[in-house]
Amino acid sequence: MDTGAYSPGRVRADNHAGFMSESESMGKQLRMKIRSDPAQLGRVRGEVEAFARRAGLPEPAAGQVVLALDEALTNIIRHAYEGATDRPIEIDVSVRNGELGLVLRDYGKVIDRMKIRSRDLNDLRPGGLGVYIMNECMDGVEFTPAEGGGTRLTMTKTLPERERTNGPNDE
Amino acid sequence: MNDSPIQNIQWSQKTVVVEVGGDIDLHRSTMLQQGLLGLLDEQPSKVVVDLAAVPYMDSSGVASLVKLLSRTRTLGVKLVLLSPSPRVRSILEITRLDSVFTITDSKEEAMA
Repeated sequence: MDTGAYSPGRVRADNHAGFMSESESMGKQLRMKIRSDPAQLGRVRGEVEAFARRAGLPEPAAGQVVLALDEALTNIIRHAYEGATDRPIEIDVSVRNGELGLVLRDYGKVIDRMKIRSRDLNDLRPGGLGVYIMNECMDGVEFTPAEGGGTRLTMTKTLPERERTNGPNDE
Repeated sequence: MNDSPIQNIQWSQKTVVVEVGGDIDLHRSTMLQQGLLGLLDEQPSKVVVDLAAVPYMDSSGVASLVKLLSRTRTLGVKLVLLSPSPRVRSILEITRLDSVFTITDSKEEAMA
């Protein structure tokens, strides 16, 4: 697995090294590799939102998925990579068993669980809201240590009933 | 290309209206915070942050607004958020900050 720095042009990996493009996956899976650069966030949000909508997620659920993804990426950039902008993040979005699933893999510092707990909302100060927002927006959020270092974050959002029973993306 | 989230600043006596534009995320929230806090040096009595042209904001953007709120409270300056889009309003609701900020969709009300 490539865990090194990325060249500026290598923002998204398609069609090689085990990475699948949207078109290859018939809309069931979206895989991206990005650098830990905040300037990438807008493009990633756009691609994942388009995928979520194709999977049948209406508003406000699609917006919630995008927000949870953004918060997760922001946490990785800020805490796991401590602001470094050239480290890899792998994003895997898929539709499976009636759920939209997002898996984010980083190779950075594993954050102490106590430090990624949500803070009290009544404590009016900037920051500390990311994990709380992820939990509010998604039906499942799980952090696990990844083999070889870093963290794997899995988040799920249940699709609407119609998409779960009749949706073209269901497996 | 000017990537500043602050698109326009207008003064009306001691009230300053700040028009913010574009997505506010980790990439741009620091610029927003610096721009907003910098306005307090001009000693306004009220700051109106016009969010109508902000389609998306994440928690880093919210943190910038919270920082501004904290500073304005300390200084005795009024702060109003004007016309947040549905998604911006949504994150304010999720974080329960919709009841902490003064929010309106009416510019007249914001300026009053």
